[in-house]
Amino acid sequence: MMNDEQLLKEVWEIIEKYSFDQGKWDKRSRKARIIQDLGINSARVVDIIIDVEEKFDVEIEDESLESISTFNDIVEILKKKMGLSSS
Amino acid sequence: MGVVSPIGVGIKAFEEAMKGMKSGISHISELEELGFGCQIGGVPNLELSEDLKYLYANELQGASMMIIYACLAGLQAWRNAGFMVEGRASTFVDIDTGAIIGTGIGASDIFAKIVRQTDLKQTRKLRSTIIEHSMTSGPSANLSKLLGLGNQLLGVSSACASGSDAILMGYQRIRAGFAKRMLVGGAECYSPYGWAGFDAMRVTTRKYNDNPTQGSRPMTGNSSGFVPGSGSGVLVLEDYDSAQSRGAQILCELKGGWSNSGGQRNDGSMTAPTSRGVIACIRKALLESNTNVNEIDYVSGHLSSTFADANEISNISQALGRSGDSFPYINSLKSLIGHCIGATGAIESIAAILQMKGGYIHGTLNLKETHSRIAKVLDTRKAPRDTIVVQGINSVLKLSFAFGDSNVALIFKVLDDE
Repeated sequence: MMNDEQLLKEVWEIIEKYSFDQGKWDKRSRKARIIQDLGINSARVVDIIIDVEEKFDVEIEDESLESISTFNDIVEILKKKMGLSSS
Repeated sequence: MGVVSPIGVGIKAFEEAMKGMKSGISHISELEELGFGCQIGGVPNLELSEDLKYLYANELQGASMMIIYACLAGLQAWRNAGFMVEGRASTFVDIDTGAIIGTGIGASDIFAKIVRQTDLKQTRKLRSTIIEHSMTSGPSANLSKLLGLGNQLLGVSSACASGSDAILMGYQRIRAGFAKRMLVGGAECYSPYGWAGFDAMRVTTRKYNDNPTQGSRPMTGNSSGFVPGSGSGVLVLEDYDSAQSRGAQILCELKGGWSNSGGQRNDGSMTAPTSRGVIACIRKALLESNTNVNEIDYVSGHLSSTFADANEISNISQALGRSGDSFPYINSLKSLIGHCIGATGAIESIAAILQMKGGYIHGTLNLKETHSRIAKVLDTRKAPRDTIVVQGINSVLKLSFAFGDSNVALIFKVLDDE
Protein backbone atom coordinates (compact mmCIF):
# COMPACT_ATOMS: atom_id res chain seq x y z
CA MET A 1 0.00 0.00 0.00
CA MET A 2 1.23 3.46 -0.88
CA ASN A 3 2.51 5.60 1.97
CA ASP A 4 2.33 9.33 2.46
CA GLU A 5 5.75 10.05 0.92
CA GLN A 6 5.04 7.93 -2.12
CA LEU A 7 1.75 9.74 -2.67
CA LEU A 8 3.51 13.09 -2.51
CA LYS A 9 6.07 11.96 -5.07
CA GLU A 10 3.34 10.79 -7.41
CA VAL A 11 1.52 14.11 -7.03
CA TRP A 12 4.73 15.99 -7.80
CA GLU A 13 5.24 13.86 -10.87
CA ILE A 14 1.78 14.79 -12.13
CA ILE A 15 2.17 18.49 -11.45
CA GLU A 16 5.71 18.97 -12.78
CA LYS A 17 4.54 19.32 -16.40
CA TYR A 18 2.44 22.35 -15.43
CA SER A 19 5.43 24.18 -13.96
CA PHE A 20 7.41 26.52 -16.15
CA ASP A 21 9.73 28.00 -13.51
CA GLN A 22 12.46 25.46 -12.85
CA GLY A 23 13.92 27.51 -10.01
CA LYS A 24 10.66 27.55 -8.08
CA TRP A 25 10.02 23.90 -8.85
CA ASP A 26 13.41 22.86 -7.51
CA LYS A 27 12.60 24.60 -4.21
CA ARG A 28 9.19 22.99 -3.77
CA SER A 29 8.10 21.52 -0.44
CA ARG A 30 5.07 19.58 0.73
CA LYS A 31 3.50 22.77 2.09
CA ALA A 32 4.25 24.89 -1.02
CA ARG A 33 1.22 26.58 -2.56
CA ILE A 34 0.74 25.36 -6.11
CA ILE A 35 -0.33 28.68 -7.63
CA GLN A 36 1.30 31.32 -5.45
CA ASP A 37 4.60 29.61 -4.67
CA LEU A 38 5.15 27.55 -7.80
CA GLY A 39 3.75 30.14 -10.24
CA ILE A 40 1.53 27.56 -11.92
CA ASN A 41 -1.33 29.00 -13.99
CA SER A 42 -4.42 28.89 -11.75
CA ALA A 43 -6.51 27.59 -14.66
CA ARG A 44 -4.43 24.39 -14.65
CA VAL A 45 -5.75 23.24 -11.26
CA VAL A 46 -8.69 21.56 -13.00
CA ASP A 47 -6.27 19.65 -15.23
CA ILE A 48 -4.20 18.60 -12.24
CA ILE A 49 -7.32 17.21 -10.56
CA ILE A 50 -8.32 15.27 -13.70
CA ASP A 51 -4.78 13.85 -13.92
CA VAL A 52 -4.94 12.85 -10.26
CA GLU A 53 -8.33 11.23 -10.74
CA GLU A 54 -7.10 9.24 -13.72
CA LYS A 55 -3.86 8.22 -12.03
CA PHE A 56 -5.45 7.02 -8.78
CA ASP A 57 -8.84 6.01 -10.17
CA VAL A 58 -10.75 8.23 -7.75
CA GLU A 59 -13.32 10.98 -8.20
CA ILE A 60 -12.68 14.35 -6.62
CA GLU A 61 -15.78 16.53 -6.22
CA ASP A 62 -15.75 20.01 -7.72
CA GLU A 63 -16.39 21.43 -4.22
CA SER A 64 -12.99 20.11 -3.13
CA LEU A 65 -11.25 22.38 -5.66
CA GLU A 66 -11.66 25.38 -3.39
CA SER A 67 -9.87 23.66 -0.55
CA ILE A 68 -6.82 22.76 -2.62
CA SER A 69 -3.93 25.14 -2.22
CA THR A 70 -0.82 23.07 -1.46
CA PHE A 71 0.59 19.75 -2.61
CA ASN A 72 -0.29 18.42 0.83
CA ASP A 73 -3.96 19.29 0.31
CA ILE A 74 -4.05 16.93 -2.66
CA VAL A 75 -2.23 14.22 -0.72
CA GLU A 76 -4.75 14.51 2.14
CA ILE A 77 -7.73 14.28 -0.22
CA LEU A 78 -6.19 11.21 -1.84
CA LYS A 79 -5.58 9.55 1.50
CA LYS A 80 -9.22 9.99 2.40
CA LYS A 81 -10.40 8.71 -0.97
CA MET A 82 -8.09 5.72 -0.82
CA GLY A 83 -8.93 4.89 2.78
CA LEU A 84 -5.41 5.58 4.06
CA SER A 85 -5.03 6.86 7.61
CA SER A 86 -3.83 10.41 8.00
CA SER A 87 -0.21 10.76 9.14
CA MET B 1 8.79 35.03 -43.38
CA GLY B 2 7.66 31.58 -42.30
CA VAL B 3 5.41 29.04 -43.94
CA VAL B 4 3.67 25.76 -43.21
CA SER B 5 2.08 24.55 -46.43
CA PRO B 6 0.95 21.42 -48.25
CA ILE B 7 4.09 21.63 -50.43
CA GLY B 8 6.58 22.26 -47.68
CA VAL B 9 7.29 23.45 -44.18
CA GLY B 10 9.87 26.23 -44.06
CA ILE B 11 10.77 28.77 -46.72
CA LYS B 12 13.46 26.67 -48.43
CA ALA B 13 11.33 23.55 -48.90
CA PHE B 14 8.33 25.66 -49.88
CA GLU B 15 10.23 27.62 -52.53
CA GLU B 16 11.85 24.54 -54.04
CA ALA B 17 8.47 22.85 -54.39
CA MET B 18 6.84 26.00 -55.76
CA LYS B 19 9.57 26.53 -58.32
CA GLY B 20 9.40 22.86 -59.30
CA MET B 21 5.58 23.04 -59.47
CA LYS B 22 5.15 20.14 -57.07
CA SER B 23 1.53 19.52 -56.14
CA GLY B 24 0.60 19.26 -52.48
CA ILE B 25 -2.87 17.90 -53.18
CA SER B 26 -3.67 14.34 -52.21
CA HIS B 27 -6.61 12.02 -51.58
CA ILE B 28 -7.91 12.14 -47.99
CA SER B 29 -9.41 8.82 -46.96
CA GLU B 30 -11.29 10.38 -44.03
CA LEU B 31 -13.28 12.52 -46.48
CA GLU B 32 -14.09 9.45 -48.57
CA GLU B 33 -15.28 7.58 -45.47
CA LEU B 34 -17.50 10.53 -44.59
CA GLY B 35 -19.05 10.54 -48.05
CA PHE B 36 -17.71 13.92 -49.16
CA GLY B 37 -18.19 14.85 -52.80
CA CYS B 38 -14.68 16.34 -52.81
CA GLN B 39 -12.26 13.88 -51.25
CA ILE B 40 -9.01 15.69 -52.00
CA GLY B 41 -7.16 18.52 -50.31
CA GLY B 42 -3.90 20.07 -49.24
CA VAL B 43 -2.61 19.30 -45.75
CA PRO B 44 0.92 20.12 -44.50
CA ASN B 45 3.12 17.17 -43.65
CA LEU B 46 4.45 17.98 -40.17
CA GLU B 47 7.46 16.26 -38.69
CA LEU B 48 8.27 16.24 -35.00
CA SER B 49 10.70 19.14 -35.40
CA GLU B 50 12.46 20.97 -32.58
CA ASP B 51 9.94 23.79 -33.02
CA LEU B 52 7.02 21.39 -32.69
CA LYS B 53 8.57 19.92 -29.54
CA TYR B 54 8.94 23.49 -28.24
CA LEU B 55 5.21 24.08 -28.82
CA TYR B 56 4.30 20.84 -27.06
CA ALA B 57 6.52 21.79 -24.13
CA ASN B 58 4.56 25.04 -23.92
CA GLU B 59 1.12 23.52 -23.43
CA LEU B 60 0.22 23.44 -27.12
CA GLN B 61 -0.16 19.69 -27.51
CA GLY B 62 -3.77 19.12 -28.50
CA ALA B 63 -4.26 22.67 -29.80
CA SER B 64 -6.06 23.35 -33.06
CA MET B 65 -3.78 22.90 -36.05
CA MET B 66 -4.75 26.47 -36.92
CA ILE B 67 -2.69 27.49 -33.88
CA ILE B 68 0.08 24.92 -34.34
CA TYR B 69 0.60 25.95 -37.98
CA ALA B 70 0.58 29.66 -37.12
CA CYS B 71 3.04 29.22 -34.25
CA LEU B 72 5.41 27.14 -36.38
CA ALA B 73 5.26 29.69 -39.20
CA GLY B 74 5.62 32.52 -36.68
CA LEU B 75 8.73 31.03 -35.06
CA GLN B 76 10.29 30.59 -38.51
CA ALA B 77 9.42 34.16 -39.47
CA TRP B 78 10.79 35.53 -36.21
CA ARG B 79 14.13 33.76 -36.62
CA ASN B 80 14.36 34.56 -40.33
CA ALA B 81 13.86 38.23 -39.43
CA GLY B 82 16.97 38.00 -37.25
CA PHE B 83 15.43 37.60 -33.81
CA MET B 84 16.07 35.00 -31.13
CA VAL B 85 13.43 32.78 -29.58
CA GLU B 86 14.36 33.25 -25.95
CA GLY B 87 11.76 31.05 -24.35
CA ARG B 88 9.49 31.66 -21.40
CA ALA B 89 12.34 31.89 -18.91
CA SER B 90 13.02 35.36 -20.33
CA THR B 91 11.22 38.19 -18.55
CA PHE B 92 11.54 40.57 -21.51
CA VAL B 93 8.28 41.84 -23.01
CA ASP B 94 8.59 43.33 -26.48
CA ILE B 95 6.12 46.19 -26.34
CA ASP B 96 6.95 47.25 -29.89
CA THR B 97 5.79 44.01 -31.50
CA GLY B 98 2.29 42.60 -31.89
CA ALA B 99 0.56 39.95 -33.97
CA ILE B 100 -2.47 39.91 -36.24
CA ILE B 101 -3.27 36.50 -37.66
CA GLY B 102 -6.37 35.81 -39.73
CA THR B 103 -8.43 32.67 -40.09
CA GLY B 104 -11.46 31.94 -42.22
CA ILE B 105 -13.18 29.12 -40.38
CA GLY B 106 -11.28 28.91 -37.12
CA ALA B 107 -10.60 25.89 -34.93
CA SER B 108 -13.18 23.53 -36.42
CA ASP B 109 -10.95 20.55 -35.54
CA ILE B 110 -11.26 21.37 -31.82
CA PHE B 111 -14.89 22.47 -31.95
CA ALA B 112 -15.71 18.94 -33.14
CA LYS B 113 -14.16 17.61 -29.92
CA ILE B 114 -16.04 20.18 -27.82
CA VAL B 115 -19.36 19.16 -29.38
CA ARG B 116 -18.68 15.46 -28.78
CA GLN B 117 -17.68 15.94 -25.13
CA THR B 118 -20.57 18.31 -24.48
CA ASP B 119 -23.09 15.86 -25.92
CA LEU B 120 -21.61 13.20 -23.64
CA LYS B 121 -22.12 15.58 -20.69
CA GLN B 122 -18.36 15.59 -20.09
CA THR B 123 -17.45 19.26 -20.39
CA ARG B 124 -15.20 18.88 -17.34
CA LYS B 125 -12.92 16.60 -19.33
CA LEU B 126 -12.28 19.29 -21.93
CA ARG B 127 -9.57 20.59 -19.59
CA SER B 128 -8.51 24.16 -18.94
CA THR B 129 -6.60 24.66 -22.19
CA ILE B 130 -9.63 24.11 -24.41
CA ILE B 131 -10.30 27.81 -25.02
CA GLU B 132 -6.70 28.85 -25.61
CA HIS B 133 -6.41 25.86 -27.96
CA SER B 134 -9.37 26.94 -30.05
CA MET B 135 -10.07 30.67 -29.78
CA THR B 136 -9.89 32.76 -32.93
CA SER B 137 -7.13 34.88 -31.39
CA GLY B 138 -5.29 31.66 -30.48
CA PRO B 139 -2.59 32.08 -33.15
CA SER B 140 -1.61 35.59 -32.04
CA ALA B 141 -2.15 34.90 -28.33
CA ASN B 142 0.08 31.83 -28.43
CA LEU B 143 2.73 33.61 -30.48
CA SER B 144 2.80 36.21 -27.71
CA LYS B 145 3.20 33.43 -25.16
CA LEU B 146 6.14 31.98 -27.10
CA LEU B 147 7.84 35.26 -28.00
CA GLY B 148 6.80 37.73 -25.31
CA LEU B 149 4.97 40.05 -27.71
CA GLY B 150 3.60 43.07 -25.88
CA ASN B 151 1.83 45.06 -28.57
CA GLN B 152 -1.63 44.44 -30.07
CA LEU B 153 -2.77 40.82 -30.48
CA LEU B 154 -5.67 40.09 -32.82
CA GLY B 155 -7.37 37.25 -34.59
CA VAL B 156 -9.17 38.63 -37.62
CA SER B 157 -11.53 37.09 -40.10
CA SER B 158 -12.75 38.02 -43.53
CA ALA B 159 -13.16 34.48 -44.85
CA CYS B 160 -10.75 33.81 -47.71
CA ALA B 161 -9.25 37.30 -47.50
CA SER B 162 -8.33 36.97 -43.80
CA GLY B 163 -4.59 36.51 -44.35
CA SER B 164 -4.32 39.51 -46.66
CA ASP B 165 -6.49 41.65 -44.40
CA ALA B 166 -4.24 40.77 -41.46
CA ILE B 167 -1.19 41.90 -43.45
CA LEU B 168 -2.88 45.17 -44.33
CA MET B 169 -3.97 45.79 -40.73
CA GLY B 170 -0.45 45.18 -39.44
CA TYR B 171 0.91 47.58 -42.02
CA GLN B 172 -1.62 50.24 -40.99
CA ARG B 173 -0.75 49.83 -37.29
CA ILE B 174 2.96 50.33 -37.99
CA ARG B 175 2.28 53.24 -40.32
CA ALA B 176 0.13 54.88 -37.62
CA GLY B 177 3.12 54.66 -35.30
CA PHE B 178 1.45 52.28 -32.82
CA ALA B 179 3.96 49.47 -33.31
CA LYS B 180 7.45 49.00 -34.71
CA ARG B 181 6.83 45.56 -36.04
CA MET B 182 3.92 43.14 -36.42
CA LEU B 183 3.76 39.44 -37.09
CA VAL B 184 0.99 39.14 -39.64
CA GLY B 185 -0.55 36.39 -41.69
CA GLY B 186 -3.16 33.70 -41.69
CA ALA B 187 -3.79 30.15 -40.58
CA GLU B 188 -6.32 27.48 -41.39
CA CYS B 189 -6.61 23.93 -40.10
CA TYR B 190 -7.70 20.79 -41.89
CA SER B 191 -10.95 19.43 -40.51
CA PRO B 192 -13.85 17.67 -42.22
CA TYR B 193 -16.12 19.79 -40.01
CA GLY B 194 -14.65 22.97 -41.46
CA TRP B 195 -14.70 21.73 -45.03
CA ALA B 196 -18.17 20.13 -44.92
CA GLY B 197 -19.89 23.45 -45.61
CA PHE B 198 -17.95 23.94 -48.84
CA ASP B 199 -18.86 20.40 -49.83
CA ALA B 200 -22.53 21.20 -49.16
CA MET B 201 -22.26 24.31 -51.34
CA ARG B 202 -20.65 22.25 -54.11
CA VAL B 203 -17.97 24.88 -54.55
CA THR B 204 -15.19 22.29 -54.23
CA THR B 205 -14.35 20.02 -57.14
CA ARG B 206 -15.82 16.51 -57.19
CA LYS B 207 -14.24 15.34 -60.42
CA TYR B 208 -10.70 14.58 -59.39
CA ASN B 209 -10.94 12.21 -56.44
CA ASP B 210 -8.93 9.69 -58.45
CA ASN B 211 -6.49 12.28 -59.80
CA PRO B 212 -5.91 14.67 -56.88
CA THR B 213 -3.00 16.61 -58.36
CA GLN B 214 -5.14 17.58 -61.35
CA GLY B 215 -8.01 18.90 -59.23
CA SER B 216 -6.87 22.50 -58.82
CA ARG B 217 -6.78 24.00 -62.29
CA PRO B 218 -7.12 27.80 -62.16
CA MET B 219 -7.70 29.76 -65.35
CA THR B 220 -8.73 26.69 -67.35
CA GLY B 221 -11.99 26.14 -69.17
CA ASN B 222 -12.65 22.93 -67.28
CA SER B 223 -12.08 24.00 -63.69
CA SER B 224 -14.86 22.60 -61.57
CA GLY B 225 -14.43 24.12 -58.14
CA PHE B 226 -11.62 24.78 -55.72
CA VAL B 227 -9.58 22.24 -53.79
CA PRO B 228 -9.52 22.97 -50.05
CA GLY B 229 -6.18 23.42 -48.34
CA SER B 230 -4.69 24.23 -44.97
CA GLY B 231 -1.54 25.74 -43.50
CA SER B 232 -0.16 29.07 -42.41
CA GLY B 233 1.98 31.93 -43.59
CA VAL B 234 3.43 34.55 -41.26
CA LEU B 235 5.46 37.63 -42.17
CA VAL B 236 7.33 40.06 -39.96
CA LEU B 237 6.43 43.58 -41.03
CA GLU B 238 8.72 46.23 -39.61
CA ASP B 239 9.05 49.96 -39.66
CA TYR B 240 11.83 50.79 -42.15
CA ASP B 241 13.95 52.81 -39.71
CA SER B 242 13.68 50.09 -37.08
CA ALA B 243 14.68 47.37 -39.53
CA GLN B 244 17.58 49.40 -40.87
CA SER B 245 18.88 50.37 -37.45
CA ARG B 246 19.19 46.75 -36.38
CA GLY B 247 20.75 45.70 -39.70
CA ALA B 248 17.87 43.44 -40.67
CA GLN B 249 17.75 41.76 -44.06
CA ILE B 250 14.87 43.64 -45.67
CA LEU B 251 13.17 41.42 -48.25
CA CYS B 252 10.93 44.05 -49.81
CA GLU B 253 8.65 46.95 -49.07
CA LEU B 254 4.92 46.69 -48.49
CA LYS B 255 3.95 49.91 -50.22
CA GLY B 256 0.31 49.79 -49.26
CA GLY B 257 -3.00 48.24 -50.04
CA TRP B 258 -6.74 48.48 -49.79
CA SER B 259 -9.61 46.46 -48.41
CA ASN B 260 -13.25 46.92 -49.36
CA SER B 261 -16.47 45.18 -50.26
CA GLY B 262 -18.50 45.40 -53.41
CA GLY B 263 -21.58 45.74 -51.22
CA GLN B 264 -23.23 42.63 -52.68
CA ARG B 265 -25.15 44.64 -55.25
CA ASN B 266 -25.33 44.64 -59.05
CA ASP B 267 -23.32 41.70 -60.45
CA GLY B 268 -22.00 40.51 -57.08
CA SER B 269 -23.39 38.64 -54.11
CA MET B 270 -22.34 37.16 -50.78
CA THR B 271 -20.28 34.57 -52.64
CA ALA B 272 -19.27 36.32 -55.88
CA PRO B 273 -17.33 39.56 -56.18
CA THR B 274 -18.90 42.67 -57.66
CA SER B 275 -16.69 43.80 -60.53
CA ARG B 276 -16.96 47.44 -59.55
CA GLY B 277 -15.79 46.61 -56.02
CA VAL B 278 -12.77 44.66 -57.23
CA ILE B 279 -11.74 47.36 -59.66
CA ALA B 280 -12.15 50.04 -56.99
CA CYS B 281 -10.08 48.01 -54.55
CA ILE B 282 -7.18 47.61 -56.98
CA ARG B 283 -7.27 51.28 -57.97
CA LYS B 284 -7.36 52.46 -54.35
CA ALA B 285 -4.40 50.21 -53.53
CA LEU B 286 -2.46 51.72 -56.43
CA LEU B 287 -3.37 55.23 -55.37
CA GLU B 288 -2.61 54.63 -51.72
CA SER B 289 0.80 53.16 -52.56
CA ASN B 290 1.60 55.79 -55.17
CA THR B 291 1.92 53.13 -57.85
CA ASN B 292 1.28 53.61 -61.55
CA VAL B 293 -0.80 50.95 -63.32
CA ASN B 294 2.12 50.20 -65.62
CA GLU B 295 4.48 49.54 -62.74
CA ILE B 296 2.80 46.26 -61.82
CA ASP B 297 5.04 43.50 -63.19
CA TYR B 298 3.29 40.54 -61.66
CA VAL B 299 -0.12 39.76 -60.18
CA SER B 300 -0.44 37.00 -57.62
CA GLY B 301 -4.07 36.19 -58.32
CA HIS B 302 -6.77 34.90 -56.05
CA LEU B 303 -7.65 32.48 -58.91
CA SER B 304 -9.19 29.62 -57.01
CA SER B 305 -10.11 27.28 -59.88
CA THR B 306 -13.75 28.29 -60.19
CA PHE B 307 -15.91 30.02 -62.78
CA ALA B 308 -14.89 33.30 -61.14
CA ASP B 309 -11.32 33.09 -62.48
CA ALA B 310 -12.35 34.56 -65.83
CA ASN B 311 -14.16 37.45 -64.10
CA GLU B 312 -11.08 38.11 -61.99
CA ILE B 313 -8.84 38.43 -65.05
CA SER B 314 -11.35 40.75 -66.67
CA ASN B 315 -11.53 42.90 -63.53
CA ILE B 316 -7.74 43.14 -63.26
CA SER B 317 -7.53 44.13 -66.91
CA GLN B 318 -10.11 46.87 -66.42
CA ALA B 319 -8.49 48.14 -63.21
CA LEU B 320 -5.02 48.35 -64.74
CA GLY B 321 -6.17 49.26 -68.26
CA ARG B 322 -3.86 46.54 -69.57
CA SER B 323 -4.53 43.54 -71.80
CA GLY B 324 -2.88 41.29 -74.37
CA ASP B 325 0.89 41.27 -74.07
CA SER B 326 0.85 44.35 -71.84
CA PHE B 327 -1.02 42.38 -69.15
CA PRO B 328 1.33 41.70 -66.21
CA TYR B 329 2.51 38.18 -65.46
CA ILE B 330 -0.04 36.25 -63.42
CA ASN B 331 -0.21 32.84 -61.77
CA SER B 332 -2.04 30.91 -59.09
CA LEU B 333 -0.33 29.17 -56.18
CA LYS B 334 -3.66 27.44 -55.53
CA SER B 335 -2.87 25.14 -58.45
CA LEU B 336 -0.17 23.65 -56.18
CA ILE B 337 -1.51 23.93 -52.63
CA GLY B 338 -5.26 24.34 -53.06
CA HIS B 339 -7.24 27.09 -51.43
CA CYS B 340 -6.01 27.52 -47.85
CA ILE B 341 -9.00 29.76 -46.97
CA GLY B 342 -7.90 32.24 -44.27
CA ALA B 343 -4.22 31.42 -44.76
CA THR B 344 -4.23 31.78 -48.52
CA GLY B 345 -3.49 35.52 -48.76
CA ALA B 346 -0.50 35.21 -46.45
CA ILE B 347 1.01 32.10 -48.04
CA GLU B 348 0.53 33.63 -51.49
CA SER B 349 2.09 36.91 -50.38
CA ILE B 350 5.14 34.96 -49.23
CA ALA B 351 5.22 33.12 -52.56
CA ALA B 352 4.94 36.42 -54.43
CA ILE B 353 7.82 37.99 -52.49
CA LEU B 354 10.01 34.92 -53.08
CA GLN B 355 9.32 35.13 -56.83
CA MET B 356 10.04 38.86 -56.91
CA LYS B 357 13.33 38.28 -55.07
CA GLY B 358 14.21 35.20 -57.12
CA GLY B 359 13.38 36.61 -60.55
CA TYR B 360 10.97 33.95 -61.70
CA ILE B 361 7.25 33.22 -62.07
CA HIS B 362 6.16 29.73 -61.12
CA GLY B 363 3.93 27.97 -63.61
CA THR B 364 0.27 27.41 -62.88
CA LEU B 365 -0.16 23.66 -62.68
CA ASN B 366 -2.76 22.00 -64.94
CA LEU B 367 -3.03 25.08 -67.15
CA LYS B 368 -2.95 23.13 -70.39
CA GLU B 369 -5.77 25.05 -71.99
CA THR B 370 -6.46 28.61 -70.90
CA HIS B 371 -10.13 29.53 -70.44
CA SER B 372 -11.38 31.09 -73.69
CA ARG B 373 -12.57 34.27 -71.94
CA ILE B 374 -9.19 34.67 -70.26
CA ALA B 375 -7.31 34.04 -73.52
CA LYS B 376 -9.25 36.94 -75.03
CA VAL B 377 -8.01 39.31 -72.32
CA LEU B 378 -4.37 38.38 -71.92
CA ASP B 379 -1.55 36.99 -73.99
CA THR B 380 -1.35 33.42 -72.63
CA ARG B 381 2.43 33.76 -72.26
CA LYS B 382 1.62 36.08 -69.36
CA ALA B 383 0.02 33.16 -67.51
CA PRO B 384 2.86 30.65 -67.83
CA ARG B 385 2.24 26.90 -67.69
CA ASP B 386 5.81 26.24 -66.60
CA THR B 387 8.11 28.17 -64.31
CA ILE B 388 9.95 30.89 -66.22
CA VAL B 389 12.80 33.26 -65.45
CA VAL B 390 11.63 36.88 -65.38
CA GLN B 391 14.15 39.57 -64.62
CA GLY B 392 13.06 42.86 -63.13
CA ILE B 393 9.95 42.01 -61.16
CA ASN B 394 9.86 45.20 -59.15
CA SER B 395 6.19 45.55 -58.20
CA VAL B 396 3.70 42.88 -57.26
CA LEU B 397 -0.05 43.12 -56.85
CA LYS B 398 -1.46 40.48 -54.50
CA LEU B 399 -5.21 39.95 -54.65
CA SER B 400 -7.59 38.14 -52.32
CA PHE B 401 -11.37 37.83 -52.58
CA ALA B 402 -13.81 36.42 -50.08
CA PHE B 403 -17.39 35.67 -49.14
CA GLY B 404 -18.97 38.95 -48.12
CA ASP B 405 -17.93 40.36 -51.51
CA SER B 406 -14.72 41.33 -49.69
CA ASN B 407 -11.60 42.30 -51.59
CA VAL B 408 -8.02 42.99 -50.56
CA ALA B 409 -5.24 44.30 -52.76
CA LEU B 410 -1.64 44.52 -51.50
CA ILE B 411 1.31 46.04 -53.30
CA PHE B 412 4.84 44.80 -52.60
CA LYS B 413 7.88 46.42 -54.16
CA VAL B 414 11.62 45.91 -54.15
CA LEU B 415 13.31 48.55 -52.03
CA ASP B 416 14.01 51.76 -53.90
CA ASP B 417 17.70 51.71 -53.01
CA GLU B 418 18.22 48.14 -54.25
